Amino acid sequence: MAFKQHSVLPGFKLSLGYTLLYLSLIVLLPLAALIIKTSNLDWSAFWTIVTEPRVVASYKVTFGTSLLAALINLVFGLLIAWVLVRYPFPGKRLVDALVDLPFALPTAVAGIALATIYAPNGWIGQWFEPLGLKIAFTPLGIVLALTFITLPFVVRTVQPVLQDLEKELEEAAASLGATRGQVFYKIILPTILPALLTGFAMAFARAIGEYGSVIFIAGNMPYVSEITPLMIISKLEQYDYLGATAIACVMLAVSFALLLVINGLQWWTAKRLGRRK
Amino acid sequence: MRKLIPALLLSVFAAAPALADVTLLNVSYDVMRDFYKDYNPVFAKHYQAKFNDKVTIQQSHGGSSKQARSVIDGLEADVVTMNQSTDIDAIVDKGRQINAGWEKKFPNEAAPFSSLQVLIVRKGNPKGIKDWNDLVKPGVQVIVPNPKTSGNGRYTFLAAWGYAAKLPGGNDAKARDFVTGVFKNVPVLDAGGRAATTTFMQRNIGDVLVTFENEAEMIAREFGRGGFEVVYPSISIDADLPVAVVDKVVDKKGTRKAAEAYLQYLWSPEGQEVAAQNYLRPRDKAVAAKYAKQFPAVKLFGIDEFGGWKVAQKKYFDDGGIYDQVAASIAKR
Amino acid sequence: MAGGVNNAPRSIVTTETRPVRIVLTGIALAFIGLFLVVPLVSVFIEAFRQGWHLYLAALVEPDALSAIKLTLITAAIAVPLNLVFGLSAAWAIAKFEFRGKSMLITLIDLPFAVSPVVAGLIYVLLFGAQGWWGPWLADHDIKIIFAVPGIVLATVFVTFPFVARELIPLMEAQGSDEEQAAMVLGATGWQMFWRVTLPNIKWGLLYGVILANARAMGEFGAVSVVSGHVRGETNTIPLHVEILYNEYNFVAAFACASLLALLALVTLALKSWVEWRTERLAAEDRRHATEE
Repeated sequence: MAFKQHSVLPGFKLSLGYTLLYLSLIVLLPLAALIIKTSNLDWSAFWTIVTEPRVVASYKVTFGTSLLAALINLVFGLLIAWVLVRYPFPGKRLVDALVDLPFALPTAVAGIALATIYAPNGWIGQWFEPLGLKIAFTPLGIVLALTFITLPFVVRTVQPVLQDLEKELEEAAASLGATRGQVFYKIILPTILPALLTGFAMAFARAIGEYGSVIFIAGNMPYVSEITPLMIISKLEQYDYLGATAIACVMLAVSFALLLVINGLQWWTAKRLGRRK
Repeated sequence: MRKLIPALLLSVFAAAPALADVTLLNVSYDVMRDFYKDYNPVFAKHYQAKFNDKVTIQQSHGGSSKQARSVIDGLEADVVTMNQSTDIDAIVDKGRQINAGWEKKFPNEAAPFSSLQVLIVRKGNPKGIKDWNDLVKPGVQVIVPNPKTSGNGRYTFLAAWGYAAKLPGGNDAKARDFVTGVFKNVPVLDAGGRAATTTFMQRNIGDVLVTFENEAEMIAREFGRGGFEVVYPSISIDADLPVAVVDKVVDKKGTRKAAEAYLQYLWSPEGQEVAAQNYLRPRDKAVAAKYAKQFPAVKLFGIDEFGGWKVAQKKYFDDGGIYDQVAASIAKR
Repeated sequence: MAGGVNNAPRSIVTTETRPVRIVLTGIALAFIGLFLVVPLVSVFIEAFRQGWHLYLAALVEPDALSAIKLTLITAAIAVPLNLVFGLSAAWAIAKFEFRGKSMLITLIDLPFAVSPVVAGLIYVLLFGAQGWWGPWLADHDIKIIFAVPGIVLATVFVTFPFVARELIPLMEAQGSDEEQAAMVLGATGWQMFWRVTLPNIKWGLLYGVILANARAMGEFGAVSVVSGHVRGETNTIPLHVEILYNEYNFVAAFACASLLALLALVTLALKSWVEWRTERLAAEDRRHATEE
């Protein structure tokens, strides 16, 4: 669509101006404060803080558990989306609505509830305790909380794409003798792949920043189950503002990079779907 | 000129007796809530009777250092009541809301009562825990809050350290090995004392919880007296719980008189009695004698043996300090 | 969509065999049950463990009431602010072409990916007593951090993208033919907005508002950093839950938590209803189109 067609509409300057102003005030200025505060550190001091062994261990915990949670949701999210779109079953509407629960339920409530259930004497934890498997207060507990928090992402990005998937292609492939497995790998998967990856990346991005639900269930053992946001809080509690902002800057950079990846993926999704139209 | 009018107005209000409603904000740490819940009405009654002023006290509770940070960042506390002097010193150094020399403004280095670290074990003491050296035994799980974020955890670290250093033939190297042994047996490191208690009592994790003596009484009140036993170790650390008026805030709000009275009254027989009822060891001899039964005599050493909190904090608990080294050596094993 | 031309009965080759379907559905439902339903149910069971009486007592306690009040006030300020922003951002982005558009979208998404802890920290750096504007604010006796404005700001930050994120794709998909027609027919900007744009996007808008509201009322990490935790003054419901939990008052903690869980359920119900409306409207449109 050409630029000129749009220019008949009013309010461009007003809406864009307001958007930029509000964005700057609420988001950019405070984030700039963070970066400027951190720039009080010289490079080597900054590097020492953000590569301190305990902080590095927390990156490993944060990224490792987030990756695992996102992977779990990649598999089960796809499965749930598939079942919701393709198979009829009673109570489907209810299940569909429930998928969004983690968006709506405050994370602190989720953390307390999960810790209660999966503690060694909790409803579910007690069945794992005799097996020697501890869930709450170990990295496994973190994975659990993050899986809960990020469950809707993959489902909600894949679902609409599956819904719009044209049956004709599958039918044509099947009539040419393709097995169901071949149809899935050759036709369905390539179509939903961008959406699947977008959902995965969004889940991952959300998981690495999560704090509220995780601290209740993590156990917070140094080098084992300390997450990076906890390191920021811990620095703050030692009145080490520069240390806290340095780590916060690292997290900010990662978040921003992930967002760029996500937007790239979304552009890819749009292109792919656009071509099929 | 512009400053004159508010000043005039202020003096008019200040001069009007009986009409002044004072609101004080007491920023305190986690486990003090029950004490101040009892103490605040007693003080309000006393203040009303003495000055004919109504005083309302607001409370904020959280981890000791977190609360101090809030005050540094501008939370307008009239008084702070903490569990170690480093948190108040931090307000002096970083925020300058409290003037140096605060510990001289009240008796006993501005600590109206004290507590000590005790061992809380499960009913019947199945693991036979009698003293600090039982905490390093294999198979004993110890619940302690994180020394990085909790004063409670720091007292435990130093208590265990002091115990080992004072044993015959004890020295710093042995103490360090001993403390490493204790923390090796810690399965969960909660951010604060309250969370540690929840882990021990509610989640049923661990064989022994190390915490303040007064916290043991709170556990009894909340969870019932049947589920646990309190073990007094052979030696423990004297935890002085300091208080201070936040000079900058009370001068700005004009609440100095009430804030100072509020803290001063902690040393009165009435205040000391409330403390004793909450299992905080009183300074007042008469009150101490009256409640002697609930406070068994324990050999104590003070933070001064570590050179005071300022030195101890830097040496043991700052980033890269001994606690960090201990934690790193445990993780590597 | 190109579909709909051929509504042939589902052919056996484009679906799985019955046992596979049952197994897959079973796994999906078990996963949802284990991860979503059990935690939700546990909140209510813990809350009612000691009966209705204690449950209600926990909710009408003055500190709980003031936490509820503060939470409502915060949401009532933060959500409309982000609603206006969302509308304006979506209008600029969906209806016009300009340089740096995709960067702008990424920046709008930023609060969504930034850790809530970092979100709280940045406002402390700006408005805290040791922050950039702290001394100036203190001189003029303006309180932001550890008071309601700070809590509102942190909440605005974390709910920032919700409405915009919902509206941008919707308005892009709708194009601007209808608005252009309205303008050509002589409508003013506001007339066009109220009569053409708003009716078209109202369900998407509502959807974004519902999600933003749920997040605003439930935010913990960011608000925790800027609140100061003064009982009866600067505690929101999630913070009140944490305090009660730390006081071993589990029934009261879960009672307040159940209030938030209830809010989550209402949110989900509203959301489903909005979706159902949108679908029905779309179906009606299609029917009209084929009838004509």
